[in-house]
Amino acid sequence: MNATDLPRLLAGAGRGAPSLDAHLAHHGLPSLSVDGVGLVAAVEEAGLHGRGGAAFPTGTKLHAVARTRRRAVVVANGAEGEPASEKDGVLLAHAPHLVLDGVQLAAGAVGAREAIVAVRAGADAAHAALAAALDERARARRDPVAVRVVATPERYVAGEESALTQFLSGGPARPAFTPPRPFERGVGGRPTLIQNVETLAHVALIARHGPDWFRALGTPREPGTALVTLSGDVERPGVREIALGTSLQTLVAHGGGELSHAKAVLIGGYFGAWLTAADAQTVRLDAAHLRPHGASLGSGAIAVLPRDACVVAETTRLAAWLARESAGQCGPCVHGLAAIADLLRGLTDGRVARARHQAHRRGRATAEDALSCLRRWSGDVAGRGACRHPDGVVRLVRSALDAFTADFDDHARHGACDRCALEPALPLPSPPSRARLRAAA
Amino acid sequence: MSARAQRPAPPAARAEPDAGARLRVNPIACEAHGLCAELLPERVRLDDWGYPILDDRPLTPALVAHARRAAAACPTLALALERDRSSKNQ
Repeated sequence: MNATDLPRLLAGAGRGAPSLDAHLAHHGLPSLSVDGVGLVAAVEEAGLHGRGGAAFPTGTKLHAVARTRRRAVVVANGAEGEPASEKDGVLLAHAPHLVLDGVQLAAGAVGAREAIVAVRAGADAAHAALAAALDERARARRDPVAVRVVATPERYVAGEESALTQFLSGGPARPAFTPPRPFERGVGGRPTLIQNVETLAHVALIARHGPDWFRALGTPREPGTALVTLSGDVERPGVREIALGTSLQTLVAHGGGELSHAKAVLIGGYFGAWLTAADAQTVRLDAAHLRPHGASLGSGAIAVLPRDACVVAETTRLAAWLARESAGQCGPCVHGLAAIADLLRGLTDGRVARARHQAHRRGRATAEDALSCLRRWSGDVAGRGACRHPDGVVRLVRSALDAFTADFDDHARHGACDRCALEPALPLPSPPSRARLRAAA
Repeated sequence: MSARAQRPAPPAARAEPDAGARLRVNPIACEAHGLCAELLPERVRLDDWGYPILDDRPLTPALVAHARRAAAACPTLALALERDRSSKNQ
């Protein structure tokens, strides 16, 4: 068994979710103390980081909530607003008991008597598997903590911690201007532990096998495995479990793709960063190797762009969609992202090139060329929202400008290329609708 | 605290040694009135859409009173002075 198909989280899961008996037969019983130490210490020792995108140390979060000594709430975050990611939905559909074990263990560790599993409204298989699993567990009377499932709006920002907290407290699924952080005052004003569903599944395995087992895969600084979603120009797209530090080349080959035939790879989802095919062939999937490229694994979404696709057109489409996905609260996000998306559109519809020609004909220098303006706006917008939405969008745009400067320059001079009109290579949900946020709110 | 002694004292100045405090804007509350950039150009510039971009350095003693006045003038109360993050404990 090689490093890219060692399933830990998805082990024992066949086509659908295993029964509770089958789950326990395969994984054994979890315990709140493992290898002679408490669960929180074990998780810290394991070096588990959150798998929702921010990669925050899980043990630190558990400690912070446990320390409040008030009645806490545990939230398993499966809102998965990232269109290129399917891993939370797949995990819930195939291993709901592992996630629910993690929920119970985390609740025990932080002193919670209430837990919520938040799942994207459209993730039907996940909802069905969770409902069946909870029903089985209720009948078996195994769980000390009551768990309810909440369907979250299908919006990019709905999974952001403060947005999810507001939504679960009866408000709109929009980010809040923090502090207080959810661990201090979260759902219903109570200390709230929010962990990605995959993170909790890892907790459930650490509670069985201990930190040393967990560290046997992955890198010393980023131990363990992670679920990734491979999409784009590969024969077998979908969710896979990899050891952190696995080479991207290996993962893509496993999916039946070939990086030497690719134009680019988007790592970390639509908030992520573009790598050239050449860089993609040498990079390993851990923070230390991705950071020099301005990338991070994020929630594990990886999209391979075929060689005949236009990276400018693809970036333009993603930026336009992400700009519309703004929660609409902060000026720099609302106006800045709209302006960036519009200027990108100008590159692919010829406006920028025409303006440039006219300026030249009249013997005037253009005040500021479009690409410099994109860079300036990207710098101005970063870090200026209540949440990290604008930061993610400008990371995508900047990485495209950096990795494919010649392509952008060509569009700025000559307008659309032959490939701009091709069918989009990267999927986007349609239509992006503000109405759904309101309806849910 | 010789720096404090040299500080020019604007009308509303209270004698609090808030040197090292930082400005923070609530981006949800901010509606781009732009008064902050008028009152504290040393630390606030406006982006192309009129929203403030704050200089993140701690305030010097000479700027604290001006920063306080800018915060008080904000029509949506989006601008605030915060203690340095290292000493923030809420």
